[in-house]
Amino acid sequence: MFIGAIGCEPLQLRRVLLENSASLDVYRANGGYEALRQVLNGMSPDDVIGEVKKSALRGRGGAGFPTGMKWGFVPKDSPKPKYVVCNADESEPGTFKDRYLMERDPHMLIEGMLIAAYALGARVNYIYTRGEYRYLIEIMDRALEEARAGGFLGEKILGTDFNCEIYTHTGAGAYICGEETALLNSLEGLRGHPRMKPPFPAVAGLYGCPTVVNNVETLTAVPDIIRMGGEAWQKLGTEKSGGTKLWSVSGHVNRPGVYELPMGYDDMEKFIHEDCRGMLGGRKLKAVIPGGSSVYIMPAKDIEGKDVRMDYEGLVAAGSMVGSGGFIVMDETVDVFESTKNLTEFYKHESCGWCTPCREGTDWLVKVFKRIEKGEGRPDDAQLLLDIVDNIEGKSFCPLGDAASWPIQSAIKKFPEDFRRKVTNGGGHVKDGLPTA
Amino acid sequence: MSQQFTPNNPLPQEAKVPQEIAVFSPEVEAEIDGHLAKYPVRRSAILPLMFIVQRERGGYLDPPGVAYLADRLGVRITDIWEVATFYSMINTEPVGKYHLQICKTLSCKIMGEPRVTERVCSRLGIRPGETTPDGQFSVSLVECLGSCGTAPMMQVGFDYYENLTDEKVDEILDKCQSGELSNGVR
Repeated sequence: MFIGAIGCEPLQLRRVLLENSASLDVYRANGGYEALRQVLNGMSPDDVIGEVKKSALRGRGGAGFPTGMKWGFVPKDSPKPKYVVCNADESEPGTFKDRYLMERDPHMLIEGMLIAAYALGARVNYIYTRGEYRYLIEIMDRALEEARAGGFLGEKILGTDFNCEIYTHTGAGAYICGEETALLNSLEGLRGHPRMKPPFPAVAGLYGCPTVVNNVETLTAVPDIIRMGGEAWQKLGTEKSGGTKLWSVSGHVNRPGVYELPMGYDDMEKFIHEDCRGMLGGRKLKAVIPGGSSVYIMPAKDIEGKDVRMDYEGLVAAGSMVGSGGFIVMDETVDVFESTKNLTEFYKHESCGWCTPCREGTDWLVKVFKRIEKGEGRPDDAQLLLDIVDNIEGKSFCPLGDAASWPIQSAIKKFPEDFRRKVTNGGGHVKDGLPTA
Repeated sequence: MSQQFTPNNPLPQEAKVPQEIAVFSPEVEAEIDGHLAKYPVRRSAILPLMFIVQRERGGYLDPPGVAYLADRLGVRITDIWEVATFYSMINTEPVGKYHLQICKTLSCKIMGEPRVTERVCSRLGIRPGETTPDGQFSVSLVECLGSCGTAPMMQVGFDYYENLTDEKVDEILDKCQSGELSNGVR
């Protein structure tokens, strides 16, 4: 499986192919902990936040919220302890970049968290890792031990009076715990239900204290932002989407893997047909889900010949989103009705059950899909699916409801033929973009 | 509400306060102490502790294990059940020694999961969700395991087996049956 950079020098991925890349020695021999040294040697917490703001770094977990802004929400004068929690609950279908970052370069995450903790006044911090990634927790624990022994973690870091501790924490198989407030509930030992926002975690998060929850890839970008300066890091990408992004490519391409691209990479068609070495077996591209299962599906005609720039603005303009960068490529053998049913079942399994629209709605969606699959489709089933989705999207307690809605809305809109075939058992036609009798 | 409501599954154990509390070795107690020390609030350690208790009590949270957790964490039996029933990796019923978890989500599905599932299930003679009568194997279809670039794949306990082919599946099953392969629980 490929891991490397295209269109730029590897930044996040520059150590991943080195032998023993996870070890402290290799990390230090390749610029590791220099950014931390720079921070502790003369930057104030506000200086650090300022650089992150200048970098235009946006949350890499999927929501894309400006990281500098999120850090700025933490009230500096609060008497409560602050926490930095790394969201390593990577569970968005199609996404596997955080896994390789933690597996091959765990110290980069540690250094990023230390700098964030310094900037926010946090002393105890957690890496919430999904339960299935147990081997990564083991790798991370070893790296944390090395960092402690090397004076980079614990008391009096690098001889200064900065004390900071980081612990790993295991999840136990719940996609919803990737949502930051559900993660905090899970970290407190409760069921992983989300919380109402406001208050936002930056004000009242873990144990009611100011907390910043950031994705692995967001935190691993921080050392380079400090080292290069926020402005230089931002210039690697575009004005509103700074830096580089890791794309997890899977599906019907010849070379799946983790690709580091500069933000605004030009363009998606070239990426698929050249950088990923084109389609398996030379078959035709049919659809791409570019940002993890929750984003709108893109038909080939929205990609080929359309010069889709791979950044937040470019993907929105092309009718989808960057999301988590989980890039799933599908060829003409895929029936989009089936692929959408597969994802709908995922959301139904992962729905936490807290709010009625999502709990009941995802269940009904799966029931309708199964009935259609059995051959008992009815002429207005596509409209029925959209009606059910209309009762979930924007009406659920957390974005999982929206995430369950968008694949169905976009699949019916962009691939009405695949639905027509199924719901009308081969008959009917597409009218006003909807399959009907 | 229509008649087609989704029934809540009854608890697989009696909801009574268990008489016996599980006892663990000093090494396991030290491991548990290590986890408790990480948090200012004891209850935060509930998931790490559940994995340890599950490992020590034959692969699931049996009544003495649940009693131990409630005692150690200073919470009620119902608090333990509340959390245990939420998370898919916490077992409230016994599972086989080798728990084969095959990823069924989109990337794995389009890269050959149905073939893997069929091969595993026909060799073991069970369907997904079932355990072999001798208690050696359980098969589950699970959601995305973050291994999409090396699909199709499965997890045995905590261990990942990726880029599966017919031959690799056969080899994994052979080595589980001969005892050569670890069941991935730690």
